[in-house]
Amino acid sequence: MSGAEKIDVTVTEIVPVNALVKRFKFERRDGGLLPTFSGGAHTVVEMKDGDITRLNPYSLMSDPMDQSAYTISVRRDDEGRGGSLFMHNKVSVGDEMVISYPVNLFSLDLRAKKHLFLAGGIGITPFLSQIKQCERLGDAWELHYACRNAALGSYVDELTAAHPFEAHVYYDDEKQVIALENLLNGQPIGTHVYVCGPKGMITWVRATAEKLGWPREAVHYEEFLAPQPGKPFEVRLAVSNKTIQVGKDESLLEAMERSGVDAPYLCRGGACGQCETRVIDYAGAFIHRDHWLEDDEHASGEKIMPCVSRFEGKTLVLDR
Amino acid sequence: MSKFEFPKSILSRPVWGTLEPRRGLHHLMIADAEGAEAILDVATPEMMESAHIIFIPKGTDYAKRLRALNPAQFYDGPSYAASVTRIQRVLLGAKMSTQVYLSGTESLMGQAMLECTNAGIPHTAIQTEHRGSTARRMQCVHCKGFTEDVAIDPFVCSHCGLNLFVRDHYSRRYAAYQGVCVDAEDPGNVPPSKGIYP
Amino acid sequence: MTIQFNDETFRGDYSFKNSDWAIQRFPFPFHEDSYMYSVNMEQHRGGPKGSIYEKRFDVDEHYLAEMRDRAMVLDDDPLRCQSLPHMTLAGWDLLELIMVSKSEDYPDLFELHRNGDQWRWINKPMGIDDSFTFLDAATLPYGPMEYITRQAQGDFAVLDQRDDNLWMDAGMITTQADWSLDFDIGMNFFEWHAPVPLAHEKGIFVRALKFLLNIQQGAPARRLNWTMTVNPLLDTSPENYHKWGVQKTEITPENIGSKQHLRVELQTFFRLPRSNALVFPIRCYLCNFQDLMSMPKWGRRLHRVIRDLPEELATYKGFIDNRPMMLDYLEKFDDGLPTSPGIWPEFETEPPLQK
Repeated sequence: MSGAEKIDVTVTEIVPVNALVKRFKFERRDGGLLPTFSGGAHTVVEMKDGDITRLNPYSLMSDPMDQSAYTISVRRDDEGRGGSLFMHNKVSVGDEMVISYPVNLFSLDLRAKKHLFLAGGIGITPFLSQIKQCERLGDAWELHYACRNAALGSYVDELTAAHPFEAHVYYDDEKQVIALENLLNGQPIGTHVYVCGPKGMITWVRATAEKLGWPREAVHYEEFLAPQPGKPFEVRLAVSNKTIQVGKDESLLEAMERSGVDAPYLCRGGACGQCETRVIDYAGAFIHRDHWLEDDEHASGEKIMPCVSRFEGKTLVLDR
Repeated sequence: MSKFEFPKSILSRPVWGTLEPRRGLHHLMIADAEGAEAILDVATPEMMESAHIIFIPKGTDYAKRLRALNPAQFYDGPSYAASVTRIQRVLLGAKMSTQVYLSGTESLMGQAMLECTNAGIPHTAIQTEHRGSTARRMQCVHCKGFTEDVAIDPFVCSHCGLNLFVRDHYSRRYAAYQGVCVDAEDPGNVPPSKGIYP
Repeated sequence: MTIQFNDETFRGDYSFKNSDWAIQRFPFPFHEDSYMYSVNMEQHRGGPKGSIYEKRFDVDEHYLAEMRDRAMVLDDDPLRCQSLPHMTLAGWDLLELIMVSKSEDYPDLFELHRNGDQWRWINKPMGIDDSFTFLDAATLPYGPMEYITRQAQGDFAVLDQRDDNLWMDAGMITTQADWSLDFDIGMNFFEWHAPVPLAHEKGIFVRALKFLLNIQQGAPARRLNWTMTVNPLLDTSPENYHKWGVQKTEITPENIGSKQHLRVELQTFFRLPRSNALVFPIRCYLCNFQDLMSMPKWGRRLHRVIRDLPEELATYKGFIDNRPMMLDYLEKFDDGLPTSPGIWPEFETEPPLQK
């Protein structure tokens, strides 16, 4: 079986956080306890949307030690393939859903003498569970959180009320910007920095830290890519002996699953490397979108990450 | 030249590199004896403006040349042991943008690296370059005592007196290679000692 | 089933002994007539009833004697149990995993009562009844990892996961196949395996690490490993090698059947939830040659495996000098008949020795 273990849950609460974000609460259907997890973990939510089954990862934002319920926050993406729209428009309190056991690809380095969290927009969610973990264990932390404006700043009020000295908020529309160089230069040895937000923010933080001489091992980032729609294409799966069509709104991985092929996966966001698949033959061009494979691997035409990457061309044969 | 080509070994044996200038707001450089040559090779006037050199000459006369680099701070210490509290104090006030350069003997680099990793610098972010003596700091796996400057294999543990063979298995946490009893299965049958490197 | 715990020793007079039950369920590590390293991982989700695979943490007749031996080792050398400061949370994870598993799998032997953070743990065989506050080490007599692993058979390596590697940052190691936790603590996966011959070249550790990094909560894995030990000595540590090494030379054709033991490690791997660390329990089972030979299939197979093992492996596993004597003994139990696949003894269907 692919992916992490599954848990049957019921949606027990849906709270609109602001115009774009809704929070969902899940409790076990059998009344039992959910597993504890580590701050920064995500769960993969199964969405049965008509004929399509989508599996989208969302960061767990609840207290990792709270086994009664999990919560996630979903930002509506009107341009996306419909996963967030499904959550926003079709899921109601009382619905039965299936989620995965927690998986953590963005865990805290527990050796850190201090954790420096940098969040952009909905990228705040993994930090919400990490902050709760730090508070419980007495770890030093500091948050710098950039959002578009006060109306769209998810959880700003809760954070600044509970942690007036640790939580710092910046609003784009008020021209407030994180003074990143000063912030990074001032950090004592043993600090680890974590960034979650839009691609541009992650690139900015990583490049600035590198320029200032920060060790690579002290810079952590999480960037989940949602699979992007694209032109339909055909794939030959050599091991399964099947030829399948990938529709414009589904990923290659989803198309394989729809055809009954049990392909490995974990994060479904181009980050973990689990779904790496060998290319046997191709005539055409890859649209690589993952950040797992190295640039030379992308160029080689020998591997593809079917969770987020696509293909345009005549022939594609995979070792699956 | 004081460089030595170590033979290929197992994966726990440290691989020392070649110092190169890196960007950073501060540069902490710790060296002993011929390790000074690696600092002389890598130093730039710009780097020296924010450099702190800690040097243990061990009878060599490099100190004058290092001082002539005009680093922001320079310390000429009689032994590594004498310099440790200074190293700890420097690390206590150091920021994440500090670059660390270690050069000289394996014992010096290993022990200074341990201070840096205890302070919170990932070991992979610390630059090293071996120069000079290839003698090793050894830990006896039986009595846990350390014997410095071991150049022969087998050797006698300076604490418990057991005859130990020299392994390439290395512990960063002890900054030492492992010494294991050579005649456990045939007490008294100790092969003649030879140099660790042919 | 209630387990009858043996009164036995793993040192001095070596009164350790396997019952017929223990021999039948011994984890014979060779599934075919030859051996080479492989990433022989499988899911750890139970197994045949009564087998060592059935429960998450197997408890057998040696439990109390092994725990007494561990306490003696720790009295002599406290460095056998260490936890780097950042691993305390993983220690609590491990304590929870073992307490929950044992109380569910062996309700007649262990009980766990939880009321929020207030926990009560009852270990009937060891006569322990402790109440404590979860995550408050001040309420336990030892740190959480040491507390629970003084009550659980087998060694425990607790591995931190970061930078796409696993780091041996904590452990309780008193029944080890000649490696030192005190020396290896803080090493990454490739470093602590560095002394193992052949496997690096075969890419075994690269593949094994990839597998282990992806072990997820709720989906533990397992494999078997093996070596040879003279006398039923659990503590074959490098620290004491100058004391026990000489025992290897005390093997004779007359005593080899009772003194030479096949030492098998049931290695399991569990993701720990709060810390995202991985625990690697290494459970040691010992069985002497003459007890193994009571199973015709194992007699045939062990001879063939030991005979054909590459020299580097026999050297690394520490029995190259004794191999000729082992083969002289084992050869008598190999009649050349084929063996059935798999590790189980199949003593009801396998033909008796034909010579």
